[in-house]
Amino acid sequence: MKWAGLFLLAAALFALPIARAQQASDAPPAGNAENGKKLFMSDGCYECHGRQGQGAAQTGAARIGPPQLSFEGFQSYVRKPSNQMPPYASKALPDQDLADIYAYLKSIPMPPKGKDIPLLNK
Amino acid sequence: MARAYKSEPRNPETAKPEIDRRKFLKGAAVGAAALAAVPAAVSAEPQPVEPKRVVPPAMSPAAETEVPSITEVLIAERTGSDFMVDVIKSLGFEYVCANPGSSFRGIHESIINYGGNKSPEFITCCHEESSIAMAHGYYKIEGKPLLVLAHGTVGVQHAAMAMYNAYCDRVPVYVILGNIIDVTQRAPGVEWFHSVQDAAAMVRDFTKWDDLPISLEHFAESAMRAYRVAMTPPTLPVVLVADGTLQEDPISPDVKIRIPKLTTEMPPVGDTGSVNEVAKLLVAAENPCIIADRTARTSAGVACLVDLAEALQCAVVDQVGRMNFPTRHPLNQSDRARAAVAEADVILALDVADVYGITHTYRDQVERTSRSSMKSTAKLITISSDDLFIKANYQDFQRYNEAEIAIAADSEATLPSLTEAVKRLSTDDRKRAYQDRGVRLKAAHMQALERSKDAAAFAWDASPISTARMCMELWGQIQNEDWSLVGATTFVSKWPQRLWNFDKHYQYIGGAGGYGIGYNAPAATGAALANRKHGRLTVNIQCDGDMMFAPGILWTAAHHKIPVLHVMHNNRAYHQEVMQVQIMADRHSRGIQNCSTGTTITGPDINYAKLAESMGVYGEGPITDPKDLGPALKRAIEVVKRGEPALVDVVTQPR
Repeated sequence: MKWAGLFLLAAALFALPIARAQQASDAPPAGNAENGKKLFMSDGCYECHGRQGQGAAQTGAARIGPPQLSFEGFQSYVRKPSNQMPPYASKALPDQDLADIYAYLKSIPMPPKGKDIPLLNK
Repeated sequence: MARAYKSEPRNPETAKPEIDRRKFLKGAAVGAAALAAVPAAVSAEPQPVEPKRVVPPAMSPAAETEVPSITEVLIAERTGSDFMVDVIKSLGFEYVCANPGSSFRGIHESIINYGGNKSPEFITCCHEESSIAMAHGYYKIEGKPLLVLAHGTVGVQHAAMAMYNAYCDRVPVYVILGNIIDVTQRAPGVEWFHSVQDAAAMVRDFTKWDDLPISLEHFAESAMRAYRVAMTPPTLPVVLVADGTLQEDPISPDVKIRIPKLTTEMPPVGDTGSVNEVAKLLVAAENPCIIADRTARTSAGVACLVDLAEALQCAVVDQVGRMNFPTRHPLNQSDRARAAVAEADVILALDVADVYGITHTYRDQVERTSRSSMKSTAKLITISSDDLFIKANYQDFQRYNEAEIAIAADSEATLPSLTEAVKRLSTDDRKRAYQDRGVRLKAAHMQALERSKDAAAFAWDASPISTARMCMELWGQIQNEDWSLVGATTFVSKWPQRLWNFDKHYQYIGGAGGYGIGYNAPAATGAALANRKHGRLTVNIQCDGDMMFAPGILWTAAHHKIPVLHVMHNNRAYHQEVMQVQIMADRHSRGIQNCSTGTTITGPDINYAKLAESMGVYGEGPITDPKDLGPALKRAIEVVKRGEPALVDVVTQPR
């Protein structure tokens, strides 16, 4: 019982900083969009996602420019993708680089709807 | 019969007396003519001919004791290759594609002179891979094979990958290889390097039939058999070896050797019992889904598939190995294929190359895993001619699929009886259910179309140009023409199928089959050759890496005035391989920035417009601003409409 109590206390103490960290990262970390654009190219993200993150049916890569996920979701998926995407561990792609890439993708404006582009309605 | 040249005897005193060669050949020719059945016309009945008695030349004591003079035959006005061309003409080949080779010099000369270079007309290719791929593309438009000639060694080695592509794509390419089998008939040096015991051996694993005829009658019979075998589903490449001696030995101008009548076989059709069982399952299903791939062998196949789909009001997913189903048809669910398969309770796969792939999802991570994307209770039915001819070595047959009913038959040929059975079994109640299903599928189709349009809008004005923008600028220029898209659309994310309106069989011909790169440019040229007489506008979306395997095909198109528009999908890399190497780098968490090493085509950037111009093809580009694309395409199309090839180099995004 004594050990169980200590365990519970340790778990609670451990959870506290995580809760604080989660609260702090509700807003994405500050990122440099200009650097993010360079990293988006040099780290090969554009290969499957396209240079503007528009996605591609042939690669199965989702549209990420602008992003459809929060930064946490984005980060989580990049580290541990559930489908065909290869994983980017923090050793290969540090958190700050990822934040810069996210900033770049957020800077990409939403396009008009397809029905508003004449060439798409011929 | 020995060849017409001979060497001097080494020791005149010990040399055996030589028979007067000219008299011998004449006598032999007369004898052959006497022995051959008549006539040469395909439809005539053979008439027996009494053989004439051959009188040997007179001998004298002088002839028996003196060294006789050696008389050389230097002129042979007709040779075996002339007869071979008679056989070739009887098979109706319009063209023969070849890079010239001495091992078939006999046939080559007979085609261009004796045969008048017409039916077939000689198409000069700069690489045997181009010859075969031209035949590959031609067949998928014209529905009949084109002839290819090649050396039996170095030629077929070059041709092999393209033959493998044709084999995987179920396309009958008719190949004649030159070879000199008799060692005493080979000149020293080159002819030995270009001779082989078994010329077809290196491609036998991916051809359907081959033969080495040893007489002209044998050649005629085997030529007919090869054509029949090639054209019976599954339609596949065949090889005949034309021995050099047989080509070049003289024959009498009066010789009559019979050419058998060509008979073709009906394609195999599914048996009535199985077809009825399939019909019952389809009629009873709540969400049947038809998957088509190489279903429509001919234009009739499209109508047959539409008939069945409309009878059932069911989902159709087109894997576009051919143009099987109209893209704007409301039952076309290709743009939501995974969902359509996942919803289905009965799946009917019609000549689908990879049934496992379309019914499973696959994950390429450290541990490779796959899982079924079908409902656990769903029933899978396959109709395919593939299992009627399957070989073991090359693994193009894909993973084993667990079909409830597997019919080994040609799906296009089986569709009419299947549709008739479905219509017969469909009660009024079932037809009402079909109607409701049709309404739902139409709504799903329209939603998928709108989603594709929205997806195409992203990066619309970007540079490099998005593949969506490139494809739609092209559509804007061709949609009111009688167009034919003859390049594979896989690497441009199938934007044409998602957004254009395909409703004719010749508007799309699928891809390489075996994914051997280097197929596209020559296949597009072969397809354009077939389209030429129909007055169609042939367009090809051409990957840069593929073009560089054998760019000489551009010269072939210019030389033979084959009108085709190449729109370069110039993403300056072998992008599949960039991604593959990157997968490895990501997995190892290292060197991601190095993945362009060995995979990109930059530094310098190739100027495809200048490449085209260097070979006599109109060229424009490189185009990097999407606003410039429409006008450039319009100018190029004007050139193509004048009957000449053109190329527009477009710098594009990867996919």
